[in-house]
Amino acid sequence: MIALLESLLRMLVWLLLAPLLPGIVNRVKAWVAGRRGPPVLQLYYDLARLWRKNVVLSTLASPGFIAGPAVAWVAIAGAALLLPLGPGGSGPSFRGDVLLFVYLLALARFGTAWAAMETGSAFGGMGAAREVSYAVLAEVSLITAILALSVQSGSVTLATMLAPSAGPGAVLLAAGLFAVLLAENCRVPFDDPNTHLELTMIHEVMVLDHSGPPLAAILHGAAMKLLLFAVLLTQAVLPIGQHPPFVAAGALAAGVLGVTVGVGLVESLLARFAFRRVPLLLTTAFLLCLFALLLAWKGGAA
Amino acid sequence: MTSTVNLLIGVAMGLNLLALGSSRLPSVIRSVAVQGMVIGVMPLLIEEHFDWRVAFVAAVTVGVKGFFIPNLLSRAMRSAHIDREVEPFIGFVPSLLLGAAGTIAAVAGARALPLLPEHAGTLLVPGALASVLTGFVLLIGRAKAISQVCGYLILENGIYLFGLLLINATPLLVESGILLDLTVGIFVIGIIVDRIQRAFDSLDTRKLTVLRE
Repeated sequence: MIALLESLLRMLVWLLLAPLLPGIVNRVKAWVAGRRGPPVLQLYYDLARLWRKNVVLSTLASPGFIAGPAVAWVAIAGAALLLPLGPGGSGPSFRGDVLLFVYLLALARFGTAWAAMETGSAFGGMGAAREVSYAVLAEVSLITAILALSVQSGSVTLATMLAPSAGPGAVLLAAGLFAVLLAENCRVPFDDPNTHLELTMIHEVMVLDHSGPPLAAILHGAAMKLLLFAVLLTQAVLPIGQHPPFVAAGALAAGVLGVTVGVGLVESLLARFAFRRVPLLLTTAFLLCLFALLLAWKGGAA
Repeated sequence: MTSTVNLLIGVAMGLNLLALGSSRLPSVIRSVAVQGMVIGVMPLLIEEHFDWRVAFVAAVTVGVKGFFIPNLLSRAMRSAHIDREVEPFIGFVPSLLLGAAGTIAAVAGARALPLLPEHAGTLLVPGALASVLTGFVLLIGRAKAISQVCGYLILENGIYLFGLLLINATPLLVESGILLDLTVGIFVIGIIVDRIQRAFDSLDTRKLTVLRE
């Protein structure tokens, strides 16, 4: 009973805090540009508004048009539940849950890409193709980073993997995971979330045809994914598990806030890269994670 | 002491990859300059006792590799109106992967070498091998003469790292002689670059393969 309550509470934290992050990113961008910017809670208002609206359904779309976003949202929420929240621990923790974590993220991507192609619009398919081709490269880095963490800690459970710090390769791992975060969440050097030019959009072009509650689910899922990667990055780098609960919770919150502000700064200081330069950046991220893995390996042996 | 040296060699390896991956000539030159400085301070860390001659060599190395040669190269770039794009024969992603594979192979292969026990714990040999490999990739895989000079410099940095193994055996005169050679070499290359630019209106070495009256 207590365990169930705890899981519910953790889920609530994930669900309620996630839309805060894009608000903070937008606030940082506005601050750097000298504007006032939208309120931090803007995404909450947007979600409430979208939830009350009707869905516009194409006559071509199969039920997958609605099911895709739902599958994606549930998969991301499941991945979020697996990830430990500092002193809170993780709910259903078991040996090898990190594999499930990676697969749930992949399933979420499949859901979004599937729904994008449902209406038969050319743009949806184009965006989905771009999303998955970037994901192929980003996923390699993510898996290498997870391997580095698991070699470092000698475990394949997320909770024990993320408790200690990443050891000597922490800086490399942080840089690599940050690039993965930017790529997976379609942030600026890879994709511009503010763009309205269909030919250059990636994530936004996939959700063009959605409206009402499914769009709300997609937006909320994207926010949750950002929070998920920020939490993963913070816990991978900082030794959260070795401190008393309050310090750990504070460090986690500060780390997530720092990552979010970093995303905002990157977004305001960098322009998005041309498509042909993206593989280079993702290869760099992969190499950073690979060298972190080697350091963890050699450091463990010595 | 060893961990500081290893950290610096790790930084130098990272700079190798940066030089392989960057698409602008000034950033290649900058990473070579920083690598020269990082490698230049290393004799001070390796030598246990402070010696003014070692300090002198380190200071001169940092000065020549970190400031003098990069300035020469940037000036050559500016005066010969070379545009900043690096033109690769081997693309950036393949050369990065090659460099990374070379680095990993160097780290793995150095374990198999019969090194002295005091050198076995350091990354000196892997760092040297990785830099030499990176230098080769840059020499082979870039079309512009300036980026080939950068490749040559990275190659030389690798050889310098090898030389640090023998720091107790090499007379300092040899070290300063190498440095002087390097400077003169870069000087000559700078002049050649200028001549190529005047004669062919471009620094593309691909055009130098055709013999003509």
